[in-house]
Amino acid sequence: MSSDKRKLSYGLAINEALLQMMEKDSSVLLCGQGVKSPWYVGATCKDLVQKFGEDRVIDTPISENAMTGAAVGAALTGMRPIILYPRMDFMLYAIDPIVNEAANWSYMLGGKASVPVVIWGIINRKGEQGTQHSQSLQTMFAHIPGLKVVMPSTPYDAKGLLIAAVQDDNPVVYIDDRQLYNLEGDVPDEMYSVPIGKGIIRKEGKDITVVATSYMALKAVQAAELLEKEGIHVEVIDLRSLKPIDKELLFSSIKKTGKLVIADGTWKSYGVAAEISALVTENIFEYLKAPIKRVALPDTPAPASRTLEDAYYPDEKEIIKAVKEINK
Amino acid sequence: MDKTLLKNFYSEMVKIRFCEESFVEPILSGEIKCPVHLCTGQEAIAVGVCSALQKDDYVFGNHRSHGHYLAKGGNLNAMVAEVYTKQSGCSKGRGGSMHLIDKEQGFVGSAPIVTGTVSLALGAALAAKTRREPRVAVSFFGDGATGEGVLYESLNFAALKKLPIIFVCENNLYSTHLPVRECRPEQPIFEIAKPFGITTSQVDGNDILAVFNGAQKAVELCREGEGPFFIECLTYRMRGHVGPNDNVQGAYTDIRPESEVEEWKKKDPIKRFEELLLEDRVLEEKDMEEIKQEIKKEVDNAHKLANEDVRPCSEDINKYVFR
Repeated sequence: MSSDKRKLSYGLAINEALLQMMEKDSSVLLCGQGVKSPWYVGATCKDLVQKFGEDRVIDTPISENAMTGAAVGAALTGMRPIILYPRMDFMLYAIDPIVNEAANWSYMLGGKASVPVVIWGIINRKGEQGTQHSQSLQTMFAHIPGLKVVMPSTPYDAKGLLIAAVQDDNPVVYIDDRQLYNLEGDVPDEMYSVPIGKGIIRKEGKDITVVATSYMALKAVQAAELLEKEGIHVEVIDLRSLKPIDKELLFSSIKKTGKLVIADGTWKSYGVAAEISALVTENIFEYLKAPIKRVALPDTPAPASRTLEDAYYPDEKEIIKAVKEINK
Repeated sequence: MDKTLLKNFYSEMVKIRFCEESFVEPILSGEIKCPVHLCTGQEAIAVGVCSALQKDDYVFGNHRSHGHYLAKGGNLNAMVAEVYTKQSGCSKGRGGSMHLIDKEQGFVGSAPIVTGTVSLALGAALAAKTRREPRVAVSFFGDGATGEGVLYESLNFAALKKLPIIFVCENNLYSTHLPVRECRPEQPIFEIAKPFGITTSQVDGNDILAVFNGAQKAVELCREGEGPFFIECLTYRMRGHVGPNDNVQGAYTDIRPESEVEEWKKKDPIKRFEELLLEDRVLEEKDMEEIKQEIKKEVDNAHKLANEDVRPCSEDINKYVFR
């Protein structure tokens, strides 16, 4: 059996990337709140402390600002740190070292230094966890010059993008989703990377393009399969990297279909979908045959109650609805 | 000490305990889904501190604040309903267990970002001082909060402006799933306030009288403009970090040694206080039983009301974003 047919969960794919990178490169270190606790990080950090010791796998005090600054400082002095936030919401304490320092460092010092740090935030939505444990903050980071932002949706990409992020000489914000941790998929056991800045076509189609990020890419594929039965052929693009963004892939698909739905799991206003929409109208407006539709979160903080959560998080039904609205 | 006060201490602690334990079953059955951080074992701190406060003093809570809310006079039915994320909850089902509020009782709010509400309590103390009101603000936080820089920033500003704020650190020995000895050097927490010139002390957090006496002194001095104060209360959480038991919810993450749990069971704040009440003849066993029965009824009724209530309807998803 060839190795590329091996199945692995999304969580364990991340774990394998960490194991392989830490094995290969002794400058890689992992720190953050909960690296020793599956409650926080699922299977992603399995066996790491045992294998690499507490000098390289550091379960930190609850000190996001200082720990992030320390990761940036270590990156400036020869290490390749990965700083983890078990709930992305906690990253807000660390915005200063991420934005003011890490993102700007190379530019403001004339390119004489770089910050090879991976800033790993886990989206922890659902389960009635409420406003401060459920937020998807990718847009904030994609807005900042000097940061790369990736969002894997499959186990294959979870591993490959994490390896690429660690190998990158720039700060990379790696955003995954707890709801995907048990998702199984093909993951080669050798070390490989998925290029940052490259999207992928998950399903080809001629009628309409759906561009999606993270778990919404999975929902988009589900939607496309259902629409196929009704004779609507949807092309699904999984963006994978929000920054840099794969304009070529986007534009070539939209030039073919002339119609676009964007599905992203963060808030609608000023969000990822807004940026993609602007890129398309700015550059290839003449190819559009219909208005662009966005499927995103309402401009509302994450609610706790399950009835509101059900209404809050979009899924394949919203994508299907959006597709039908413009595919007339 | 006044017998009515002692009886109140007792019934308040029992109320919190019964309330917390009443959540165990519905959590395990999935009826309650939102993350619930039970304060079983820590009741004496909430009751001791809040009993020293007046209704219009301010309290800010954290992720583990059922006790703070109830001890400050928060409405029981509204809290239980909130934990079920029902419409009649104190946050209308939008917040869940970690987001409690009872403004009429001076419980300004709770939120789980660690140390996130400490500086908010600082602001409440600033507001009281600016308006020349004799109010005191209390910030409840855990040992884990000592890792966040904002705590030290708040200590500095509180000392600088002599604000009427009491920083109450509930040291339950665990910062989520990490023992406190793995997150900070072995220096007593109460000493962190010393370099700022803040009067600080360490009390037995499972001794309601010790907590109350410490808090009462701090409150009085705060009202006279002699704040801020820092009180470290040594205690232990008898339940998991989240939910009844960290080992039953998919991940085996309870790292508390069994012997340690057993040791702390002996220091149960309610049992200890019961012994004292019997010894001093404040209450007899049958009085305690009556109090317990009464409270059990109240708590059962709160669950009944919550169960009869509905969750918010999805059309109202955007309600309360602004007012």
